Amino acid sequence: MSNELKKPGRIIKAPENFIDVSLSQAITKDGLNEDRRNFLRKSFVAASAAVAGGAMLSQGALAATSVGDPLILNHTEYDQTLGLPVAANPYGVPSKYETNLVRRESPGLTQVGGASVAFSPLQGLFGIITPSGLHFERHHQGWQDMDPTKHRLMVMGMVKNPKVYTMDDIMRLPSVSRMHFIECGANTATEWGNVAVPTVQYTHGMISCSEFTGVPLSVLLDDCGFDKKNGKFVLAEGADGSGMTRTISMESALDDVIVAYGQNGEMLRPENGYPLRLVVPGVQGVSSVKWLRRIEVGDKPFDTKDEVSHYVDLMPGGMTRQYTSIQEAKSVITTPSGGQVLVGKGFYNITGLAWTGRGKITRVDISTDGGRTWRTARLETPVLSKALTRFNIDWVWDGSPAILQSRAMDDTGYVQPSINQLRGVRGTKSIYHNNAIQSWRVADFGEVTNVQIN
Amino acid sequence: MYKLTKAILFVSLSALSIAATAKDLPGIGRTALTNEIAAWDIDVRGDFKGLPKGSGSVAQGATIWEEKCASCHGSFGESMEVFGPIVGGTTTADMKTGHVHSLADGSEPKRSTLMKVATLSTIWDYINRAMPWNAPKTLTTDEVYAVTAYILNMGDILPSNFVLSDKNIAEVQKTMPNRNGMLSQLDPKNTKDFNMWKVRGKGDVKNPACMKDCIKTVEITSVLPDYACDAHGNIAEQNRHFGAVRGADKLIACDPHPSVAELNRIYNTPYHPGAVGSMKPVTFAITKPTTVAPEIADTTGLEMLKQNKCTACHGMTKKIVGPGFSEITAKYKGDSKAEAHLIDVVTNGGSGVWGGTMPPHGHIKAEYIKTMVQSILTGAK
Repeated sequence: MSNELKKPGRIIKAPENFIDVSLSQAITKDGLNEDRRNFLRKSFVAASAAVAGGAMLSQGALAATSVGDPLILNHTEYDQTLGLPVAANPYGVPSKYETNLVRRESPGLTQVGGASVAFSPLQGLFGIITPSGLHFERHHQGWQDMDPTKHRLMVMGMVKNPKVYTMDDIMRLPSVSRMHFIECGANTATEWGNVAVPTVQYTHGMISCSEFTGVPLSVLLDDCGFDKKNGKFVLAEGADGSGMTRTISMESALDDVIVAYGQNGEMLRPENGYPLRLVVPGVQGVSSVKWLRRIEVGDKPFDTKDEVSHYVDLMPGGMTRQYTSIQEAKSVITTPSGGQVLVGKGFYNITGLAWTGRGKITRVDISTDGGRTWRTARLETPVLSKALTRFNIDWVWDGSPAILQSRAMDDTGYVQPSINQLRGVRGTKSIYHNNAIQSWRVADFGEVTNVQIN
Repeated sequence: MYKLTKAILFVSLSALSIAATAKDLPGIGRTALTNEIAAWDIDVRGDFKGLPKGSGSVAQGATIWEEKCASCHGSFGESMEVFGPIVGGTTTADMKTGHVHSLADGSEPKRSTLMKVATLSTIWDYINRAMPWNAPKTLTTDEVYAVTAYILNMGDILPSNFVLSDKNIAEVQKTMPNRNGMLSQLDPKNTKDFNMWKVRGKGDVKNPACMKDCIKTVEITSVLPDYACDAHGNIAEQNRHFGAVRGADKLIACDPHPSVAELNRIYNTPYHPGAVGSMKPVTFAITKPTTVAPEIADTTGLEMLKQNKCTACHGMTKKIVGPGFSEITAKYKGDSKAEAHLIDVVTNGGSGVWGGTMPPHGHIKAEYIKTMVQSILTGAK
């Protein structure tokens, strides 16, 4: 579990290049058309026969020619011209080459975009912070871009002095900034029964992690003089059409719940609840009510729609577990992952994310042989409570079939289960809380696909 | 001198501590007024705390249902076209036991609201706060009672001459089909099952975290179904075109899919490249570099239809609440008056043509409405 980068193992050199220089240049310039694709397929079969089934296409292979790389030998369009001035993009935007990694809906999952989900592109993200524009979206009745000057927060119920706060009030209060994940309770729901979707974006993309800034909810509860004896629960309610409501435990409310306005150094994005949302660390995302407008202190749970009809767990025998809030330890390898293709044999950095709603991740183990043997991965700092933790481990792919898995452990001693261990207790009718170990099959031709193993 | 320093120190320290731990927050917030609390305190709890006085009949509910609910939920509350079914899967026997049998035996694969919900208050509360879906919080209190009564009537829980009110709702609660079906993690009597509410609870699923010789054979039990192979578009366009990996533009593993038995043979046999044990002749799919810069074009009609939330109710091709755009395109093909007519309907509202009501959208700029209508009439792209 050392954080030091170990020396990688023996790096196998890329196989002989099999593409001629003019084709290489044409592909670099204009991309691949159907003719070139077919030509490359044929070349590849021939080349791979010669090198016994391993050569893959990468830019390295394309560029390494006996005459030298023209991208090195010649001047480029960038090094002999003048670049753009400062503030050409007053609010910076990603490179024009970064259009592929965006939030996406899973086709057929929902019928209307206002009551749907857009998944985060985990397959290409780095570190533990999700760019605000790529934070997953889940709305029940569409999103609104609310005028912050018209926003009010009311704290009432079992309090001595019910109060109304404006954004001016809230932003004057002592603030905290903490990194936490928000995971939808239904993340990985499609995989309860069998494999259903191809990539990590759709299997696990309902999780994101941000640095949230705001006021501890306990400050507001204290300010209103909440009933410390009988106030056992808090209701949070949104200002949007759905008026989202959820019951939150007083234990969480007084511990680490944040009434947040900041996200990754800027204000919340409208899709994430601008100008004010609740962040309930470690708990199903639906509790982190967006567009927060009301907090009510009560002595009993509130039996809201999303804790009675949804976000509950149907168990074998027909009883339904209710108020199952915690998101237990879970992890997934994001690269290489489903739908991706390895660009050649040799060295890879297997990388992924681990998290637990109960505290900190203490260890992540990786298997590349379908669970026969496991090695412990490096956890990259920071390792924070109820936040995403990035793990990495070295891997030299020799071109043989492999099955990649990750298994997280947290500081309560809990170990992320296999899908069958999970089904053994919870059955297969549940929708929520699928935190099973994910398996990615690597074929000998480099393609990675989603599988489940016993 | 010593005393003076000490005194100054004492004073400044106490000032600091007051600033750091101020319990009072002078100048922050104000007391909420009674009428403000009444306006926002709309939640209704399982014991009906918060339920306003009022009443509504099944018959009134039926009328409101046809007008405002049926287009999404179906005339009998059974529709799964837009949302999950509300009615279905419950029996009179369930009403006696308070346990929905079809949840236990799985005989009803689509779980309806009436199968799941234990607390009638939740149905009342949710209709009141969030329905109709595209015009939430527009029903009166009595209308909410009426719609609730009609749902229960469709589920054979209430007779068609019933009037539901704050006086009798607690009695009706006693007939809810799944009222005893919940295993609450908050129930203090439920001591065995306290794992998923408490932050530091122990989980209910165990894994021993074996490190080597953990399994004798790899057993693959499920692979991507054929119908899902192409369902998510071109995966090459969902990954970077450089770096450690590419996205596959077509999943070779699906084409054709090796059987689970064949995969298990491969994964439990020593691997020899190119030998019979290999998975498949190599036909490596080269991913398509998509290095083309995004077009910064003018906002298209389709984008405007999305931005103005038209697509919440209209599908591209199919009816959702209102007709699909291509259905409108087809209906008005060759009609020279269509543009002016549709601009009027969008701006001022209309009804009757498609069996529903189009609300007015006068708040949208006229030029935008014109662009969107033109886009629909020419086949929105």
